[in-house]
Amino acid sequence: MLSKSQARTFFLGGTVVTFLAFIGLTVYSLQPNNDQTNHDKIDAKVVRGKELWESNNCMGCHTILGEGGYYAPELTKVIDRRGENYVKAVLQSPVPWAPRGRKMVVYKMNDKDTEALIAYLKWIGNINLNGFDQVVSPLAKDKIKN
Amino acid sequence: MKYKSQKVAYWFFALCMLLFSLQIVYGFIMGFARIGMDGLHDFIPFNTARAVHTNLLVVWLLTGFMGAAYYIIPEESQRELVNVKLAYVQLISLAVVGVVAIVGYHFNYWEGRKFLEIPRELDFLVVINVLLFLGLILATLFTGKRKTTTALVLSMGLLFAALLYLPGMIWFDSQVTDSFFRWWVVHLWVEGVWELIMGGILSYLLIKLTGVDREVIEKWLYVIVGLTFLSGILGTGHHYYYIGVNKIWLIVGGIFSALEPLAFLAMALFAMYMYRKGEKSHPNKIALFWTIGASIVSFIGAGLLGFAHTLPQTNIYTHGTLVTAMHGHYAFWGAYAMIVLAIISYVMPNVTGRKLYNNARGHFAFWCANIGMLGMTVAFGVAGVAQVYMERKMKMEFMEVQNEISIHFVVLLLCATLFATGIILYIIEFLGYGKPTDEALVAAESID
Ligand code: HEM
Ligand code: HEM
Ligand SMILES: [Fe+2]
Repeated sequence: MLSKSQARTFFLGGTVVTFLAFIGLTVYSLQPNNDQTNHDKIDAKVVRGKELWESNNCMGCHTILGEGGYYAPELTKVIDRRGENYVKAVLQSPVPWAPRGRKMVVYKMNDKDTEALIAYLKWIGNINLNGFDQVVSPLAKDKIKN
Repeated sequence: MKYKSQKVAYWFFALCMLLFSLQIVYGFIMGFARIGMDGLHDFIPFNTARAVHTNLLVVWLLTGFMGAAYYIIPEESQRELVNVKLAYVQLISLAVVGVVAIVGYHFNYWEGRKFLEIPRELDFLVVINVLLFLGLILATLFTGKRKTTTALVLSMGLLFAALLYLPGMIWFDSQVTDSFFRWWVVHLWVEGVWELIMGGILSYLLIKLTGVDREVIEKWLYVIVGLTFLSGILGTGHHYYYIGVNKIWLIVGGIFSALEPLAFLAMALFAMYMYRKGEKSHPNKIALFWTIGASIVSFIGAGLLGFAHTLPQTNIYTHGTLVTAMHGHYAFWGAYAMIVLAIISYVMPNVTGRKLYNNARGHFAFWCANIGMLGMTVAFGVAGVAQVYMERKMKMEFMEVQNEISIHFVVLLLCATLFATGIILYIIEFLGYGKPTDEALVAAESID
């Protein structure tokens, strides 16, 4: 029968081995030549866009890259689906945007911030998502087919 | 209760009950918003309600873990807590930081990073608070007369949980890297170190409630936490499939996360086996219900429902839908909410000296809460599966789908009402015990 000290060895051994493997894989997948995000395209505007995304907690209602709240549309491919002007209208709207009844928060965003958020969403839209990009919310090309 | 300082636990549990009630209120706000009753939108928009709901959840569970540690560690180490006053300072500062954060969420003071919405300035206060807590616990443990495996596993879980909070505080320009390290906190908490905390509390409760030999229980505790880390660390990969990092995670995350249910299965078998084997018939049956219940429901909620969407082939369709919310509710409920309610049920008679367990209300609370939460899980699940088919397979518009599935949220709200009734009854029980007293030192001797 298994003894207590064998059980402890199993715990410590398993933890150390998988932890080291995890660190190794993390280093591997963050290597610049494994980049799938166009990391070099992150400019000041995209960073500002991310700041706005966070400081307004957009993720509290919307998902991006499949992460966030499930109350409002997935935004990974929103520029592809709707185009920049539509997104601009949503962000600058003086009344709650609610085309189908469900309300968004009013941001009345200025032009500069709107541009930054659009740059951020464009950058997001070009990330290689290992196939999820083909599934996540209706893409522009799927909409034309319908 | 054997040591006076164990009374501190009571106040942590009282804060728990308060925060838990508020969490449920914000759950209702979101549930109603989803069926079109969004009258509060201008004051408490959905993103505020969501941040409050999930952060209160995390904070009340952590408060419960801390209370549990303040009760368990002195007894396991056979000495008083090193400094009781500082424990109260820690409690009050925790409550203050929590309240500031929650109020801030109503005024756009937050960082929209799912589950880690607390702004970075406040993060530093959280860190100081947790350091104080750990200092008290570890000093008690290491100056005590004995260092049991149960106490070590519990303390190790708490220590690692604190360390893992740090990667979540780093700023990244890239959303992808940000998300990558956010999972070091969120995933490695619930599918890693929190399981150590749960395992520690579970093993303490089983030793007390079943009377099975400590050596046997603690041996299996090592096996369980061994399985947890063996699968859970590399299992983090199940959050990396589709966020813009290398495909290697599809294989690694798929294989290891598929093994994660084993730890929960082991926990359920362990609890049931020890219960059967135990010769002691402890009078506090309701604590036993919550304990065994936690081990079983966590296996269903985390193990089975987690497995249901963890393979990359499934997750590509369910990622970021209400299917995830279904699993999130039942997993958090079974594993962490129930274990905290279990330790509270066990501790209350011991710190107050009043043996009020085993009345009908306590059992009624248990069943209402559990049946209510099961119903909520089914409602989220049906809504989620319908959403996946319509949105991801049939390519329907998001809001069109949402309007189709809103009926399931009516069901959700009905079940949530049953759930809330159970929790209200639980809190009435809690209040019925009254305040902790030193007289319990004697009175409780017969029951611990
Ligand atoms: C007590 C343990 C667990 C808790 C509290 C828990 C909770 C959660 C929560 C809250 C989320 C949503 C995260 C987010 O999208 O931000 C989530 C996601 C997920 N969980 Fe768990 N979980 C647990 C265990 C497990 C286990 C054991 C598995 C696998 C067998 C699993 C598989 C998953 C998967 C695949 C996702 C991602 C869903 C998606 O892509 O949207 N979970 N979990
Ligand atoms: C009255 C009871 C409750 C109601 C009506 C309720 C409702 C909700 C709703 C509507 C959401 C947001 C889903 C979305 O983004 O659209 C949510 C999120 C969440 N709730 Fe609850 N909830 C309740 C109780 C609880 C309890 C008791 C727990 C934990 C044990 C819990 C844990 C969570 C978690 C972890 C999330 C985030 C899920 C995710 O992002 O995947 N809730 N809840
Ligand atoms: Fe996970």
